[in-house]
Amino acid sequence: MSADSTLSKKSPPIAGTASSGETAAGSATAQETTAQETTGAPVTQGELIRFDHVTKRFGENTVLDSLDFRVFPGKHVTLIGPSGSGKTTILRLLMTLLKPDEGTITVGGEYLNHEKKNGRLVPASEKHIREVRKNIGMVFQQFNLFPNMKVLRNVTEAPVQVLGLSRDEADERARELLELVGLGDRCDAYPSQLSGGQQQRVAIARALAMRPKVLLLDEVTSALDPELVQGVLDLLRDIAHTTDVTMLCVTHEMGFARDVSDCVMMFDQGKVIEFGHPDKMFSDPENERTKEFLSAVL
Amino acid sequence: MTWDWSAVADFMPRFFEGLLVTLQALVLGALLAFALGLVWAIVLRSGPKPVRWPVAAITEFVRNTPLLVQLFFLYYVLPEWGITLSAMVTGVIGLGLHYSTYTSEVYRAGIDGVPKGQWEAATALNLSRARTWSSVILPQAIRRVAPALGNYVIAMLKDTPMIFVIGVMEMLGQARQFASETFLTVEAFTVVGIAFILIAYPASVLMRALERRLVR
Repeated sequence: MSADSTLSKKSPPIAGTASSGETAAGSATAQETTAQETTGAPVTQGELIRFDHVTKRFGENTVLDSLDFRVFPGKHVTLIGPSGSGKTTILRLLMTLLKPDEGTITVGGEYLNHEKKNGRLVPASEKHIREVRKNIGMVFQQFNLFPNMKVLRNVTEAPVQVLGLSRDEADERARELLELVGLGDRCDAYPSQLSGGQQQRVAIARALAMRPKVLLLDEVTSALDPELVQGVLDLLRDIAHTTDVTMLCVTHEMGFARDVSDCVMMFDQGKVIEFGHPDKMFSDPENERTKEFLSAVL
Repeated sequence: MTWDWSAVADFMPRFFEGLLVTLQALVLGALLAFALGLVWAIVLRSGPKPVRWPVAAITEFVRNTPLLVQLFFLYYVLPEWGITLSAMVTGVIGLGLHYSTYTSEVYRAGIDGVPKGQWEAATALNLSRARTWSSVILPQAIRRVAPALGNYVIAMLKDTPMIFVIGVMEMLGQARQFASETFLTVEAFTVVGIAFILIAYPASVLMRALERRLVR
């Protein structure tokens, strides 16, 4: 581990606690890290997501540098920072679209990329990964709907194939979700017949249909025409306020971040340089880089 | 050179027999080429490494040797190793195997053309590997390459006379036999030539129409 990881080690960003919703103290985490190092077991304190010393490199470029953070259930965390700072990489690691080079990630107390065999941590089997991945859903910048399927089938495919729901049950659930996202009347359309905003709403319904504990939102409005952005953000605001789904979102929509987040984390060069409640982060940031970044985007 | 319509009439029963054989070999060979090609493409893309390279070697070998040699090999050499197949079965396997190495490339192009985001969405929805292929990737890939696959069927049609060399009595074989018995070469071979045009040309027009419809 590099020496300059002390910042994140001493005070790992903690997005609320399980009980009170307040930010937990850093000292508890220091003890916990020691406990983990000695026993080698994931020590959970009710957190849903946990990164321990996660490093990710692309060639020579270190995108995440020994990152530690935790997210508690039901919290909404927004990741902000200049492009290339590693925000999206975090979401892609959680979605298992990427593998960390070092460190461990746990979701709901289970290792994501590893499993225990004879007391040792070994790379996880596909079966194990799929089991843990059930907890996670993702909405992409480019929607990524399946163009060969109608809207309804886009939403029902995974519930039927992965969760084993009957077709009728999946249809019913999908119709409810499509109603929720305001597209109850477009079940029989193909994605190409919808606007970008509508497609993104279908993608949100599709992700929710899997009833994930964590919803990852990767710049979900960046590819939309400006007039369509608000509708999608309003929908996500609704979901944030009415469901208990945990959200991790990468966004450039600072207003949205302020409305829905319990915690904002500012990234720069693969590290969290500042984190806190949005009211504090947006009005009175302490770090110089955060100030610069916010004054550029706000 | 004289043209004898009654000779054409005499040839017709045998011609239709040959046509039926040609179409049988074509349809079965094409189905085999489509299926095998798909297997090659999937194995080459995501099969285990110990399987991947032999498949790569075999397809490369088959694609770069003449169909005629392959037909002779299947028909005359395999029996030496105790594998005896009828001429028709040999012809179908020969055509199917040879063209599978081309359709495999077509599928590969189609699969590569499916955006990466589709794989990622399938992962995010936790779809199994098999389901990702069957529900998401292949329907999109095949739609994209259907016209190119169709073109190979037309090319295959034009290669069917080759199976005559191992004794399959398809159209050309029937014409050849009819001509040697009656010396009415002009009529027999002309009918066969026209038959190829009558099948291949509408088929290629159809493919172009399909292309306009599918590749948008």
